[in-house]
Amino acid sequence: MITTKRARMIMHVLLMGFGLIWVYPFIWMVLSSLKHNTEFLAGGINPFPEDPQWSNYPDAWVNADFGAYFLNTVIFTVSVVAIVIILSSLTGYVLGRVTFPGKTFILVAAAVIMFLPHGYTIIPLFQLVNQLGITDSLLGVIVAESAGAHVLFILMFTAFYARIPKELEEASEIDGSGFLRTYLQVMLPLSMPIVATTAIMQFIWTWSSFLIPLVFTVNRPDLRTLAVGMQNFVGTYSSDYVGMAAGATISLLPVMIIFIIMQRYFIDGIAGAVKN
Amino acid sequence: MAMRNPEEIKNLTEPAKGKKKMSPRDKKRAMWAYIFLAPQIIVFLGLSLYPIIMSYVYSFYDWTGVGPLEDFIGFGNYLQLLSQSRFWNSLGVSVAYIIGTTTLAVLGGLILAIILNDARLKGKGFYRALYFLPVVTTTAIVGIIMNNIFGTQGLINDVLTTLNIVESPIPWLTTGTLALLVLIVVGAWNGLGINMIYWLAALQSIPNDVYESAQLDGAGFWKTLRYITLPLLKPMFAVIVLLSLVSGVNAFDLVMTLTGGGPYYATETLDLFIYNFAFTTEAGGSTRMGYASAAGVILGIFTFFLSAIYGLVSFWHEIKEFFSKKKSAKAVKSS
Repeated sequence: MITTKRARMIMHVLLMGFGLIWVYPFIWMVLSSLKHNTEFLAGGINPFPEDPQWSNYPDAWVNADFGAYFLNTVIFTVSVVAIVIILSSLTGYVLGRVTFPGKTFILVAAAVIMFLPHGYTIIPLFQLVNQLGITDSLLGVIVAESAGAHVLFILMFTAFYARIPKELEEASEIDGSGFLRTYLQVMLPLSMPIVATTAIMQFIWTWSSFLIPLVFTVNRPDLRTLAVGMQNFVGTYSSDYVGMAAGATISLLPVMIIFIIMQRYFIDGIAGAVKN
Repeated sequence: MAMRNPEEIKNLTEPAKGKKKMSPRDKKRAMWAYIFLAPQIIVFLGLSLYPIIMSYVYSFYDWTGVGPLEDFIGFGNYLQLLSQSRFWNSLGVSVAYIIGTTTLAVLGGLILAIILNDARLKGKGFYRALYFLPVVTTTAIVGIIMNNIFGTQGLINDVLTTLNIVESPIPWLTTGTLALLVLIVVGAWNGLGINMIYWLAALQSIPNDVYESAQLDGAGFWKTLRYITLPLLKPMFAVIVLLSLVSGVNAFDLVMTLTGGGPYYATETLDLFIYNFAFTTEAGGSTRMGYASAAGVILGIFTFFLSAIYGLVSFWHEIKEFFSKKKSAKAVKSS
């Protein structure tokens, strides 16, 4: 739409310049994490550290417990992602390929329930996890975070499995495979693109989850995830700015790297969701 | 990702047989279907339906959250909420936040998408990722970083004083109106990327030959935008605004870490209000989960009506058409 070469050059300069300001908070965070606290306070607007303080990272990792928070976040995120993939794939497979009595009822009931207004469901969830006797454990946080129907992923799996020609299923059955085996050995491997999209999207969401880990680890500081640990860190050591920056970098870098490598899956997934 | 219509799916998976009687193969498949669905149904009933029902039940009790559910007080919590100015204040903050972020993020996302949709622009993927980056970063951590950047001695004030734009630092987060403004701007910054992706998807659904014929007719960039692109985007506009409005209801992660609701409740959104009553004891000695639940129900109904009214207004034309078609169909039948 923009025709002249010059106009396009100006557009690039604008997009780059504005883009730099756009992500500057993150650049500032990474560079600040390498400063000394006195330098940070006196520093003014020079973003670059005079003498990079790499020791800020071991300090944050060991002394400020970010290592433990990191491990908790990894366990928490990987478990939730696995649960969501298993549930959505199984559900999507059945909805996409099998006709069975009660199917319409299940679909309509689920849609109506999801559409009706919800109250503050985290309180009952909190009580439920209490009654199950898994409060104050990572399992409790994982269970609470896995709540809810993952409608988007179920829809993606349903649409995908419905498109697979039935000859493939029949061939597998002629080879003597039953329903379960056909699913595990033929269908599930075929659906790897959807598994990947689900994994990357759910990974980024769960990694960033805040309210549920905050509420469910309130009595167990050692089970905090990175986001909750950060919140607590700035509350306790409010003047350790470089520690804050180092902790924030440790928390954000994994998602940023994964997003940059896998951005296609993520962005296409979201674009596909709104198109439907 | 086009979904096949249900009829087609049925034909694919169901062998052509009588309707009532199920073959042994179908019976077996139906059994497997229930087994496959069981985990999802258990999770749905236990972790979705049960909490939804109980979120209403709790709201009728005077209950701290500890001990048995005994003091049924009917609509007592609701009446108390409606007479509490802090509740109305938080509702107002939420509305301001929702409208502010939606306006900024939806329009900003549209402008960026139109620029990035240009087929001849190089490095599109790079720019797309650049502007999308805030979306994938943990909101709670972004709030902490922004709290620092907008602090009295933070980066923004450093830049402004060094460039002599202002003489003394601006109290961004300690003045009510400014804090709300910062909250809205950061919220919009955080959500703009996702709107950009929505708009890009919408723009890509416009067939190319529409543009080609516009070009043949001699329409320039602005004319094409005004008379072709924007009118064609109109149906998507409703969906994208709605998504943005509803996502604005959940401001907790950002508010909690950026302003904490302060100064003096000036940025306390409704979801932070609920959290404060449910899980902190700042409002008088103990948690008040019944009271918080009532506020949660109001928030849920508020969100529900927000989407319902918006949907009705946006799709008014389609709805009217649908009913007039039905009427005419009936008329044809009866004649």
